[in-house]
Amino acid sequence: MKPELSDGRDARGSGPDARSLVIRELTKEYVRGTRVLDGVSLTVEGRGLTAIIGPSGTGKSTLIRCINRLVEPTRGEILFMGQDIAHLRGRALRTARRRIGMVFQEYNLVERLSVIENLLCGRLGYVNPFAAWLRRFPAADIARAFDLLDAVGLGAFAKQRADALSGGQRQRVGIARALMQGPDLLLADEPTSSLDPRTSVEIMELMVDLAGKAGIPVIVNIHQVELARRFAARVVGMSGGKIVFDGPPGDLTDDHLKRIYGGEGWLAT
Amino acid sequence: MSRAATDPTNRRLPGMSWPARIGWLALLAYSIYAASLLDITWARLLIGLEQGANFLARMFPPDFSRWKLLLHDLSESLEIAIIASAVGIILSMPIGLLAARNLLPDWVSWPARMLIAVCRSFHPVIVAILFVKAVGFGALAGVLALIVASVGFIGKLFAEAIEEISLKQVEAVRATGAPFLNVIIFGVMPQVLARFIGFSAYQLDSNLRNSTMVGIVGAGGIGGTLFAAFQRFDYDFVLAILLAIIALIMVSEAFSARLRATFQ
Repeated sequence: MKPELSDGRDARGSGPDARSLVIRELTKEYVRGTRVLDGVSLTVEGRGLTAIIGPSGTGKSTLIRCINRLVEPTRGEILFMGQDIAHLRGRALRTARRRIGMVFQEYNLVERLSVIENLLCGRLGYVNPFAAWLRRFPAADIARAFDLLDAVGLGAFAKQRADALSGGQRQRVGIARALMQGPDLLLADEPTSSLDPRTSVEIMELMVDLAGKAGIPVIVNIHQVELARRFAARVVGMSGGKIVFDGPPGDLTDDHLKRIYGGEGWLAT
Repeated sequence: MSRAATDPTNRRLPGMSWPARIGWLALLAYSIYAASLLDITWARLLIGLEQGANFLARMFPPDFSRWKLLLHDLSESLEIAIIASAVGIILSMPIGLLAARNLLPDWVSWPARMLIAVCRSFHPVIVAILFVKAVGFGALAGVLALIVASVGFIGKLFAEAIEEISLKQVEAVRATGAPFLNVIIFGVMPQVLARFIGFSAYQLDSNLRNSTMVGIVGAGGIGGTLFAAFQRFDYDFVLAILLAIIALIMVSEAFSARLRATFQ
């Protein structure tokens, strides 16, 4: 796979230290006084896969979405590539977003566009609207889009419309789109929650493999504890908007799971 | 989570609410009252029917002897409709986008919605009268009037179509760091384009019908000739004009159906 991008940057970027993410005292209130995130502090090194686990509605998604500002944090800092993302605006925010790829639970492909156009969405931060309208992307971007499509095993589907694909195929396109950005960080918000168990594993493998090749860190929200154990180098457990566990997957015990999810009847004995 | 059982005495489906019942009754009562006020009686209806039969008899056979005039006026109507549709659609796209409340803040969408509301407030004939007074008799007034009508109608439909799109797809494009216009081009347009084509085809139909009418107030097209024929009691020529209009509308229906099918 050619690492060059149209902006002349090496897609392998600037090394793990520059890619570390520091979150300080991050708080989010959708409704005044109700903290979905309650002073979360977290440092993620610039390599490997970090899985965030926790019950529904505990702020995992909000945390991930604060990092690329799809959700506006109420208070706190998000330091990445020498900037506080939490306080960026306008062009500076868009420039920061270009560095962060995102994979969504429901894939969020543009259904009526072709697969290859969906991949090229990843370059929309770099082309002007007129070129985008006429689909005049730089040749290097188009070549890389086809390479990435081959890498996710969908080379034959380039011209098909995204809504013709199955769930697993769509998520592969979602991953390829995120990597088209040549990001320094990959976020994934429940990437396997809409998929069957086997496809879930394949998607996780693909993400770990491609992010590993690109040398970028991945932060994944995930429901399935088993997947987190299997693929993550580090597991962060959240409950009630706070981090209640942080460590390698081997340290995660049933006691921790009870604290994260509450109750114990659901645990297999 | 509570597991309370339902109250066995209350296991009925919800029926029509009292405000809804009162509303329907009030509508019925007002209709009867209004009919009595307007003196709509059986006797009046019978007189009307007799006159109608007389009028219809005088229309046959249709008189196509002045086909050159007919064709000239019809093509003028067609030109008015096409120009007004093209300009109206081009203007409606940005206005409709600005009026979409899910993509733009209130201080942008509110003025755009006001503009659309003003364009919608008047019937095309009233707007045509205003333009005849402003720019003089002829096709220009008709074109301008139908542009206003087009913006009022499809501007609103465009805005509503955009308000119904999936924001997930938009969010994904936004997350790549794309600037606003690129988000529109890749995240919004693909989702609404097919519907825009449908609305535009419908508006072309509608403009064709209206372009045959603005002539009545002197704004060009076949309407003026139709009105003159009525006034001179040339009912056979009137029928010829009406048949020509029907043919034109049917051709345009077929055309717009093809257009929609192409872009589905």
